[in-house]
Amino acid sequence: GAGQDVGRSCILVSIAGKNVMLDCGMHMGYNDDRRFPDFSYITQNGRLTDFLDCVIISHFHLDHCGALPYFSEMVGYDGPIYMTHPTKAICPILLEDYRKITVDKKGETNFFTSQMIKDCMKKVVAVHLHQTVQVDEELEIKAYYAGHVLGAAMFQIKVGCESVVYTGDYNMTPDRHLGAAWIDKCRPDLLISESTYATTIRDSKRCRERDFLKKVHETVERGGKVLIPVFALGRAQELCILLETFWERMNLKAPIYFSTGLTEKANHYYKLFITWTNQKIRKTFVQRNMFEFKHIKAFDRAFADNPGPMVVFATPGMLHAGQSLQIFRKWAGNEKNMVIMPGYCVQGTVGHKILSGQRKLEMEGRQILEVKMQVEYMSFSAHADAKGIMQLIRQAEPRSVLLVHGEAKKMEFLKQKIEQEFHVSCYMPANGETTTVLTNPCIPVDISLGLLKRETAIGPLPDAKKPKLMHGTLLMKDNSFRLVSPEQALKELGLAEHQLRFTCRVHIQDPRKEHETGLRVYNHLKGILKDYSVQHLPDGSITVESILIQATAHSEDQGTKVLLVSWTYQDEELGSYLTSLLKKGLPQSTP
Amino acid sequence: MAAHLKKRVYEEFTKVVQQQHEDLSTKKLRLTKPSKSAALHVDLCKATSPADALQYLLQFARKPVEVESVEGVVRILLEHYYKENDASVRLKIASLLGLLSKTAGFSPDCIMDDAINTLQNEKSHQVLAQLLDTLLVIGTKLPENPSVRMRLVEVACKHLTDSSHGVRNKCLQLIGCLGPVEKGVAKEAESQAAKDVQKIIGDHFNDQDPRVRTAAIKAMLQLHERGLKLQQAIYSQACKLLADDYEQVRSAAVQLIWVLSQLYPESIVPIPSSNEEIRLVDDAFGKICHMVSDGSWVVRVQAAKLLGSMQQVSSHFLEQTLDKKLMSDLRRKRTAHERAKELYSSGEFSSGRKWGDDAPKEEIDTGAVNLIESGACGAFVHGLEDEMYEVRIAAVEALCMLAQSSPSFAEKCLDFLVDMFNDEIEEVRLQSIHTMRKISNNITLREDQLDTVLAVLEDSSRDIREALHELLCCTNVSTKEGIHLALVELLKNLTKYPTDRESIWKCLKFLGSRHPTLVLPLVPELLSTHPFFDTPEPDMDDPAYIAVLVLIFNAAKSCPTMPALFSDHTFRHYAYLRDSLSHLVPPLRLPGRKLVSSAVSPSITPHEDPSQQFLHQSLERVYNFQHLDPQGIQELLEFTIRDLQRLGELQSELAGMADFTATYLQCQLLLIKALQEKLWNVAAPLYLKQNALASAAAKQILEETYKMEFMYSGVESRQVVIIHHMRLQAKALQLIVTARTTRGVEPLFGMCEKFLQEVDSFQRCFISELPHMQGSFVDKLLDLMPRLVTSKPSEVVKILQTTLRQSTFLHLPLPEQLHRATANIIEPTGESDNPLRFTSGLVVALDVDATLEHVQDPQGTVKVQVLYPDGQAQLIHPKPADFRNPGPGRHRLITQVYLSHTAWTEPCQIEVRLLLAYNSNKSKASTRIPKSTWSESLEALPPSENGIEGTIPFSKPVRVFIMPKPARR
Repeated sequence: GAGQDVGRSCILVSIAGKNVMLDCGMHMGYNDDRRFPDFSYITQNGRLTDFLDCVIISHFHLDHCGALPYFSEMVGYDGPIYMTHPTKAICPILLEDYRKITVDKKGETNFFTSQMIKDCMKKVVAVHLHQTVQVDEELEIKAYYAGHVLGAAMFQIKVGCESVVYTGDYNMTPDRHLGAAWIDKCRPDLLISESTYATTIRDSKRCRERDFLKKVHETVERGGKVLIPVFALGRAQELCILLETFWERMNLKAPIYFSTGLTEKANHYYKLFITWTNQKIRKTFVQRNMFEFKHIKAFDRAFADNPGPMVVFATPGMLHAGQSLQIFRKWAGNEKNMVIMPGYCVQGTVGHKILSGQRKLEMEGRQILEVKMQVEYMSFSAHADAKGIMQLIRQAEPRSVLLVHGEAKKMEFLKQKIEQEFHVSCYMPANGETTTVLTNPCIPVDISLGLLKRETAIGPLPDAKKPKLMHGTLLMKDNSFRLVSPEQALKELGLAEHQLRFTCRVHIQDPRKEHETGLRVYNHLKGILKDYSVQHLPDGSITVESILIQATAHSEDQGTKVLLVSWTYQDEELGSYLTSLLKKGLPQSTP
Repeated sequence: MAAHLKKRVYEEFTKVVQQQHEDLSTKKLRLTKPSKSAALHVDLCKATSPADALQYLLQFARKPVEVESVEGVVRILLEHYYKENDASVRLKIASLLGLLSKTAGFSPDCIMDDAINTLQNEKSHQVLAQLLDTLLVIGTKLPENPSVRMRLVEVACKHLTDSSHGVRNKCLQLIGCLGPVEKGVAKEAESQAAKDVQKIIGDHFNDQDPRVRTAAIKAMLQLHERGLKLQQAIYSQACKLLADDYEQVRSAAVQLIWVLSQLYPESIVPIPSSNEEIRLVDDAFGKICHMVSDGSWVVRVQAAKLLGSMQQVSSHFLEQTLDKKLMSDLRRKRTAHERAKELYSSGEFSSGRKWGDDAPKEEIDTGAVNLIESGACGAFVHGLEDEMYEVRIAAVEALCMLAQSSPSFAEKCLDFLVDMFNDEIEEVRLQSIHTMRKISNNITLREDQLDTVLAVLEDSSRDIREALHELLCCTNVSTKEGIHLALVELLKNLTKYPTDRESIWKCLKFLGSRHPTLVLPLVPELLSTHPFFDTPEPDMDDPAYIAVLVLIFNAAKSCPTMPALFSDHTFRHYAYLRDSLSHLVPPLRLPGRKLVSSAVSPSITPHEDPSQQFLHQSLERVYNFQHLDPQGIQELLEFTIRDLQRLGELQSELAGMADFTATYLQCQLLLIKALQEKLWNVAAPLYLKQNALASAAAKQILEETYKMEFMYSGVESRQVVIIHHMRLQAKALQLIVTARTTRGVEPLFGMCEKFLQEVDSFQRCFISELPHMQGSFVDKLLDLMPRLVTSKPSEVVKILQTTLRQSTFLHLPLPEQLHRATANIIEPTGESDNPLRFTSGLVVALDVDATLEHVQDPQGTVKVQVLYPDGQAQLIHPKPADFRNPGPGRHRLITQVYLSHTAWTEPCQIEVRLLLAYNSNKSKASTRIPKSTWSESLEALPPSENGIEGTIPFSKPVRVFIMPKPARR
């Protein structure tokens, strides 16, 4: 899932023989089988547990974890599921809510049950930020902070020296309750990034916040009521904090209400996971936990008719049903009131209608509702924009990028930009498509300390930035590599050493006697090879280090001398240099 | 070598013993000193294991070593160093060597050779690093010795190839601190194989260890600080380091790039991947901007801070930092700021926003969009949105600095600053308001911007509101609606927070005088006058009405047509306000009315200010009173004091000066009165009661002199002398009085001696000022000094009495600026009738909020005193963090005072007041006079004499009702 599409995130990664499933989401748009990922892709026969090494859930949004109970309980998976602590805490609430709506309200059967959610959660292993978890001996995962919602994380999956980073959803600009996503320069082979806002660069959030506050403030001062339809988790908390601090700062007295249910539980978790929030909340929670709202109280149905100004957060966010719609109907007739839509509304909902400027709404029962209240739109989104995505890529420095969770057309643009600016390959597979990324795996080799010390002692001091040439023998034995000295290798393998010598004859025109020629060659070499030990042995032969040079007269032509050059294969370099030197001939010296 | 050393040690040892004999009688302290090195030696020899030796060394390190014995100790240490096998002990010795060579007065060049020698055979990397550190200390102690430095640098260069990062680190540090700075020296040294230090350091930019890379950059920066001009070639190297994996390296590299951009702003660098070239400072600016979105917040803070000081950047680069090209689905989008501006310019205001109002307009060419590498683009937008408030503050500061130097940039950054007014962290909000105030000369606020600015007026934090008032004082508003809006919001603020009254009035005063033409059309509406009907007269005590009047009167000052619009009662109110709030209401030229202040022309030229003239004239008169009879002098003084006090009340800017002189004259008056007493003519012991006046006068003069010395800021040494002189006179008076009243001579001996000591110290402290004091008490006294020292107390008293009567009155020169320290307790107000109830034995916290003016070092001097009805007094030292500094010379104390008491039967009032603590030891005079005399006088004087500590109450006491209830059982 999530290939060139938003929703139903589910990505399968095979890395160095390990199979990892990233996220297991549902699709909001469908109510049939298409709402869940097609797990038959993974394996046709055999159990999923055998095939998958682990499942990683990035955060608690249903399009990232909605299919989890179905996958683990109904399809059958018993392996580990990894998620962060807040996600583990909040995820079951949302799943239960989702189950209730589908089963109880829509009356569907063949859906997962509460017990299944519980069983599924038992398989979950919670991880901390920046904690490296060893899934098995080779596979390790590590979570990074991602912003977006409480507990959202990016995961680095590493096998050997190959690694993949999956971002999940993330946000590069901090907001009122969460910080910005952050990753170190981990240089993964592949970065799988969301790209919801691939073609958007957003304005500063401050303007939006200020506008929002100003509008709420003005309406409240006028004595009007403000309705803010929200979804229970995520943005709602941000707006609450925003209003709460504003009320605190401005000493406002008008009540703020929050519709009960889900949110109270969720707020409780927000209070607990202070370490996952932003700097301000983390710093001040000792004095006061920001999520212990002073001005925000639980809403009761009866409050809607109270006189005087108030601000109400009500679910759901698109005004299509439930409490928010009820309140909206009560308040719509008064022009002093205001409704603020903090997010996108799907076509067909009341929210969408009023946003597009419709002033007369037909409600069920043929009632016509005249909307006199002010309608405002404010977009608060917690995804990274194009600049943010590029920034993350710059931080992580991946060798290739793969885009998911976005529309194909927008991805195309971003892909082109990434390739152009970072010069890395970029992929954007569709659902069901497999992308193969070639990596350049490095193979670690053990080297004996003695050999290492000996080799580094030779030549100039080691420079860590440059590769260094070493001599040794590579032993491949029981699946491990070792680099040892030749002697040891021979010993271990029980082989006798063979001497390998190269000999070469060089003909020189020199009418003089043999030992004189030898002397000339000696003088010549001595002059050139200053750094080496050149010796003239009493038997007339010359040694340069371990290379032996002998001059003999040619058997047929006395004017030609034959220089016999002999060296072992270890001295190949020097030997061939000497030969080429001698082939050039001796300098014309005057005796 | 070792044997030689040992010999030297024993030589020293023996020499020391001789000293013992010499000094045995006089100075006992010296006795123990020399034995120190010997003791150490013995200890170290005794040590059986390295751990033991280490213990000895640690103990040794705790005690200071005298200069004379340092060398000996060093020798012993070195000897042990060579013998020691354990690396940790050697390490400690090495660090001790460094410590010892830091000893003041010790010149370490004699031990340098040995220190360098030790390096040669050392194997342990840690010890090596420590030794290099020691060398660094030695090198820094010998700044005047280039050859030593060269040698040390050479040593460091040799060890640069060491495999341990610690050693390389230290080497680089050493090179950075000691490397030759002057070109000439470097040339000379080239013969000695010392290469160019810059190149050596530059080579280590690519070291494998990030710590060494950081050290290399730091060393480079160190060289720069020491005055070496860095080469431009480093720039490209430094740019590469910006992409380093480690944050310390990046942070240091940002600094280096900044330094280079300041050194070579105008040189041209090529842009990679194109043929274009740009100025180096622009390029560097772009690169540093890029670092504002770095992964590490330390680097981000660093980058944001440095941006502010890059003022040579060309303007289009600068403006890019505020520009983040918005787009939505590949179409260009306008920012909210642009939309607001457009809305404003099209004349349509406050239309409700519709969905899709921000709908993107034109298509963008996909190729032209640069997502990331466009450098400066949007750097500040990112910086201001950063997660860490440290970064945001740094960004705001940088904005401020850049905007101060570029008006066009100031105009552009306004929107962003206004946005920062809504930051979640108060410090950031405050900082941005201050920033805005600083750049307010360059900007004019648009109405919509003003709207957001004014919205902050409702902030519950007093600091924020006051900062905003200050900002409004100096902003330019473009329209009359803007003024109206500001007034309305300020009045709202006033009703919500009545304590802001003064600050709001002040703000409106400036707002009015800055925009007279904009206020003019608003006048009828503001005064609610009607062309036909008489409207009811507003309440004169309403702070809101006063606020409106302050605005109007200040505008009317430069707008002569305005008074025509006033109604009758407005004129009456003007007269009232002009008198009661003269600092807020300016003199106006009103028609049909004799201008009260017309005689006194408006104070355009401050130095010809008549009130100042008056001050000087009256003082002149006083100083020439010699020919008057005693009665006349007294009267003159009394009148002048009265005049001065009244002047101080009227003219706030002269208040400090007037009060100061009045206090001085008061002292003089008291002195004269005391001396005029009849009792002097009568036989001493008979008129005991009459002494009350004289001794009270002496006491009061003493008090007043302390006030004069410590309560006024801007007092110079000339005044301090005179104050001290006055104090001396008072003490003389005291002595005389006691001499007259006490029977017996014994107590007098001590007093006389004390007094003479004081005269002595006075002479020493103010020796330079004595020539100015011809004919004064002290002058005469010093003439008589030889006689005084030898004579009996009764004679001394007699001499004192005559000199005191004969001495002339010293002319008090006035300093340029003199301000009296004042404090005003805002909270508690003292108006509440509701007692503060708490259970006895427990504590209750009382919030105290006070403004302090012209207090120097309030953290050290200001105390809060609580007086309980039973006479018990409690002195509280506020925490340093409780003091804020909103402006020059002003402080704000916001603190909590904890009260507790046993149970009372009914509520009672306690008094809270602020005290100014002083300590004559830390007298201003002593800090000003040359150091040498100061230390001498300190040694000579017994400390008890010198440290007179006391407190001066300097605020009106405030009464608070409290009621400790008995605890319920």
